[in-house]
Amino acid sequence: MKLSRKWLNEFVSIDANDKDFAEAMTLSGSKVEGTEDLGAEISSVVVGRIEGMARHPDSDHMWICLLDVGQGEPVQIVTGAWNVHTGDLVPVALPGARLPGGKTIQRGKFREAPSDGMLCSLKELGLDERDFPYGAITAAAILNDYHPIDPDRPSIPEEVELGHKLFGSVVVAAAGEVKSLGDGRWSVALIWTEDGTPVGTSVETGCQNIHSMDLVAFNTKARTICTLADLRAEQREFPHCIPDGIFVLQEDCKPGDDIKAVTGQDDHVVEFEITPNRPDCLSVIGLAREASATFDKPVRWHTPEVKGGGPGVLAELLDVETPDPDLCPRYTARMVRNVKIAPSPKWMRERLRAMGVRPINNIVDITNYVMLEYGQPMHAFDYRYVNGGKIVVRRAAEGEKLTTLDGKEHTLTANHLVIADEGRAVGLAGIMGGLNSEIVADTMDVVFESACFDGTCIRKGALALGMRTEASAKFEKGLDPMNTLPAVDRACELVELLGAGEVVDGVIDVLNHVPQPTVLTLEPDKINALLGTDVSENEMWTILQKLGFLIRRDRSVTVPSWRGDVKAMADLAEEVARFHGYNNIPTTLMHGATTQGGYSPAQQLERRLGELCRSCGYSEIITYSFISPTCYDKIGWPAGLPQRDSLKILNPLGEDTSIMRTTTLPSMLDILARNSHNRNKAVRLYELGRIYAPGGEDGLAIESKVLSMGAYGEDMDFYAMKGAVEAILRDLRVQDVRFTAPDGEMPAWSYHPGRCAWVWAGSDCLGIFGQIHPTVAANYDVDAPLYCAELSFDELMLAKGADPEYVPLPKFPAVTRDIAVVCDEAITVGALEEAIRKGAKGLLKEVTLFDIYRGENIGAGKKSVAFSLVLRADDRSLTGEEADQDVQSILDTLKNDLGAVLR
Amino acid sequence: MKEQLATIRTEALAAFASAGTAGDLDALRVKYLGKKGELTAVLKQMGKLTPEERPAMGALANEVRSALEGALEAASEKLEAAALAQRLRDEAVDVTIPGKAVALGHRHPMYIALDEIKDIFIGMGFTVLDGPEVELASYNFDKLNAEEGHPSRDWSDTFYFDEDSRVMLRSQTSPMQVRAMDTMPLPIRIVAPGRVYRKDEVDATHSPMFHQVEGMVIDRHITMADLKGTLNAMVEQLYGKGTKTRFRPHHFPFTEPSCEMDVQCHKCGGAGCPTCKGEGWIELLGAGMIHPHVLEMAGIDPEVWSGWAFGIGLERTAMRRFKIADLRLIFENDMRFLEQF
Repeated sequence: MKLSRKWLNEFVSIDANDKDFAEAMTLSGSKVEGTEDLGAEISSVVVGRIEGMARHPDSDHMWICLLDVGQGEPVQIVTGAWNVHTGDLVPVALPGARLPGGKTIQRGKFREAPSDGMLCSLKELGLDERDFPYGAITAAAILNDYHPIDPDRPSIPEEVELGHKLFGSVVVAAAGEVKSLGDGRWSVALIWTEDGTPVGTSVETGCQNIHSMDLVAFNTKARTICTLADLRAEQREFPHCIPDGIFVLQEDCKPGDDIKAVTGQDDHVVEFEITPNRPDCLSVIGLAREASATFDKPVRWHTPEVKGGGPGVLAELLDVETPDPDLCPRYTARMVRNVKIAPSPKWMRERLRAMGVRPINNIVDITNYVMLEYGQPMHAFDYRYVNGGKIVVRRAAEGEKLTTLDGKEHTLTANHLVIADEGRAVGLAGIMGGLNSEIVADTMDVVFESACFDGTCIRKGALALGMRTEASAKFEKGLDPMNTLPAVDRACELVELLGAGEVVDGVIDVLNHVPQPTVLTLEPDKINALLGTDVSENEMWTILQKLGFLIRRDRSVTVPSWRGDVKAMADLAEEVARFHGYNNIPTTLMHGATTQGGYSPAQQLERRLGELCRSCGYSEIITYSFISPTCYDKIGWPAGLPQRDSLKILNPLGEDTSIMRTTTLPSMLDILARNSHNRNKAVRLYELGRIYAPGGEDGLAIESKVLSMGAYGEDMDFYAMKGAVEAILRDLRVQDVRFTAPDGEMPAWSYHPGRCAWVWAGSDCLGIFGQIHPTVAANYDVDAPLYCAELSFDELMLAKGADPEYVPLPKFPAVTRDIAVVCDEAITVGALEEAIRKGAKGLLKEVTLFDIYRGENIGAGKKSVAFSLVLRADDRSLTGEEADQDVQSILDTLKNDLGAVLR
Repeated sequence: MKEQLATIRTEALAAFASAGTAGDLDALRVKYLGKKGELTAVLKQMGKLTPEERPAMGALANEVRSALEGALEAASEKLEAAALAQRLRDEAVDVTIPGKAVALGHRHPMYIALDEIKDIFIGMGFTVLDGPEVELASYNFDKLNAEEGHPSRDWSDTFYFDEDSRVMLRSQTSPMQVRAMDTMPLPIRIVAPGRVYRKDEVDATHSPMFHQVEGMVIDRHITMADLKGTLNAMVEQLYGKGTKTRFRPHHFPFTEPSCEMDVQCHKCGGAGCPTCKGEGWIELLGAGMIHPHVLEMAGIDPEVWSGWAFGIGLERTAMRRFKIADLRLIFENDMRFLEQF
């Protein structure tokens, strides 16, 4: 919400500078997003009147102008613009002037002609044609300015003569007297020859760049002076006939006036972020109320006064029906007849512009002006097109069509509220008017609508059509139904002030819902108890009264109609707090029962897993919980795999983030791939990420956590990843850990089938790790081996061993025996270890693999596997014989069970 | 004989002193002190002496022997010391060669910031709560006073899983307030960090997924002054003692009064600079006194109990803490970024 401080000052005089104003308003609850001094960058620019002008003797395009700038003596300024004429009022940047963008103007000389300043264009003043539509420039093709693209083949001869036929009915003519008709139109006297006979005529044109003695192309049939477009000429052929030039003012001003006052750039605009509970602050009056309370300054309220007396009787002209009273709590309307559509006056246009609204014409501008001032959206219909003089506020018929003011056709449903005449819709209630009843140049009679519609209905309607307008944004927050009448009166008052028409006496006011004011009881003790303050009851009274609350001696508080957000004691407490000052509330620490804080066992495990991963060299990542449905194909999951069943977001940002992941693997692979593509050499990453399976309670997800690890680089291989997994399991004291290769029953779709393993704690599967399948890695554009692990957090939580209990250190020495056995290649180290443990007779304490050897002397398809065995008794020193007996038993078992023989 | 002993003594001492290696020294030991050594040879002549001469000569011989032994030991120690010194010289390393790498992983900066916040509140007796991200709209909105029609419920703002807008990705951690009220005995002190989701396109300051930490207290006689005091304590621990804060009125459906807390800009100290957009303050979090109606909906009597709640954006906190300029870095997880923390 933008606020013009000039407009605000009409209601309440606040002289604080922008910074202080912004801070005070922010701290009382109207958050200021920024402030702007519209003319901050402009100084020493004044209005000048061109008293005379002559072509520069040494230039083919410059003019020397003499201007009255209100200083007595005229000043001489050289300009290259062709759209100025004697008598024009123009912005003059005097020597030393500053312009937007930091430009400064100095005295200068143009080919020996002194120039005491510069004439300014709209752009040079930081404005554009939206600010001053009449500042748009249309250029005629001035033949003196013709520069052929190919000098050898000009399309217009150099020594062109009057009456020369350019093409068709277009002839060369000379301009005689050029007279302003006002409104940016000109009457130009033209002379040319037909068959050697001089002919003369006078034509009207909107081209501003024609001066006496100029040669122009005249279309004798259409009676128009040709523009570049008419001649199908390129800009470079007429380098000075451009749609740009000096801003010729059509304002009520005189030489010497400060340009900022003329263009409305002497205003300061404050931009507010208004919270949705305060639609009343989306208006000058609402903010004036807040400013008044903030700065403790009185508001000068204005009650609109309408003289009326327009022809006709309102009740006979207009009838309003509201068949859906719930959706239209109040509908207020008045009529204006014999309307004269014209631009609105400068002061009104300035205020609209300052608040970011484009001026259109007096009637439309009045509706916008009232919306800004009162916060009440208004609409104006052309009465001609309200058939039957009847306005019906009803639900749209299914499939009913309406073209809105923006030219878009909509097909409506019964959820939309329309304003209709007796036969058809003429507007989308609270959103936008219909094109069929638009105010146009010849509109004679106007209906002003000032209504209150149901917020939810408007919001849903606007959302369904994808057209949230300023009006709908206001309605959807719920407006004050008491505001419609003063607003429509204000609009009629402005009509009379602008002389824009005759207001018919009377008001149509359908009041379907009589709002009952909220009455609360002021409870100072409760308010102080909630805030932790000691604000006096007196201060509370003052604050609430400043805001328009009515307080009686019995402490009953009547909430003003525009404060629908105030419903209970806590709301009153906020009002008190806002103006007592949030920063004047003391700061205390809580009393009351102490509570036991801390981490739950699961949270402690989360932290421990993080620490373990980091001490293994893995760094933490954060990835999105949503993925693309194509990810499951990318990681090689076959069609129909139940885990592919994912929660689907119905309104995702894009396909890539449209389903909730049931695996963390794609997220990890994405990040590994990104790092690989960024040429990061060695990467080890982990995330304790959530996965989301459908089928939870209440239609929610079953959300579980996965310890996801991923790595690549020179030091990485299967065993490096296994080492990290083993380290983690060891730290958690997981018992009975086993690793099994994937098989038909437990396939590993995303992993290299020969280089991955399922991880078990007894009969519980904790997860999987290994090298990513080369095809999957290729799907991520990586050809180096990637390694990942996925361990279920819940399973780790269950498998986590008990707290350690001290075991006495061994008192007797151990005996170490190394054995090497030869076995078939297919026999795993795990199987050999199992056999060793099985064969031992109670003395074996440790088995450590230390070598695997393959070679000719062993034989094809065989390998030699060497273990170091540690044997020890807890109650005595072992003898060599005892150890040998155990080793022999181990060797026997290896031989009998696996055919592994001592090498 | 006396002369012989004196000669042996002189010669041997000189020889010991000039021995260059342990081997030389050992040969000299054999030569002078061995069984067939010179001193032994002299002692063998003792029998030829008169009984009167023997004690004196014996004493002399012993003195020479112990002198030789002492000298031998000293010479040996000296040689060993020299040998050790030589070895240490030989073993010297280039201390500027880098050490053998121990790879340590890095905590993600956002979780560093989160840990700091959690620790602050655990120190104040808070419990850390975890909850679902796929959430019921009734928890995310209705029970937090954001009725049907609240703009944040729009499909343009929030992700939904069903046409009835019943199941959604939580858009804030605030539903944890309701879940805590539903399940925990009073009084309650919780913080609930987690992921939240809003329909924002990715740019330098927006992401469709981000993190918040919710904090809530419900007890008897809890005041807005307590809220201010607790949040100020948090800010001082996060950003240093004496960090200035200010509280501004704001609006949230589930708190009344509501506020936003700003911290004084760390860059300019409040004078106004590009970091704080000239305001001198940077918005940190939203908070307020729990709306009585929210308490009522959870079956808690607002006449007896009151409470406060706050929600803080974690990304922004981490970005400020580590001066990270672009939010996208947080989710890109480039190793060169991660290893800076």
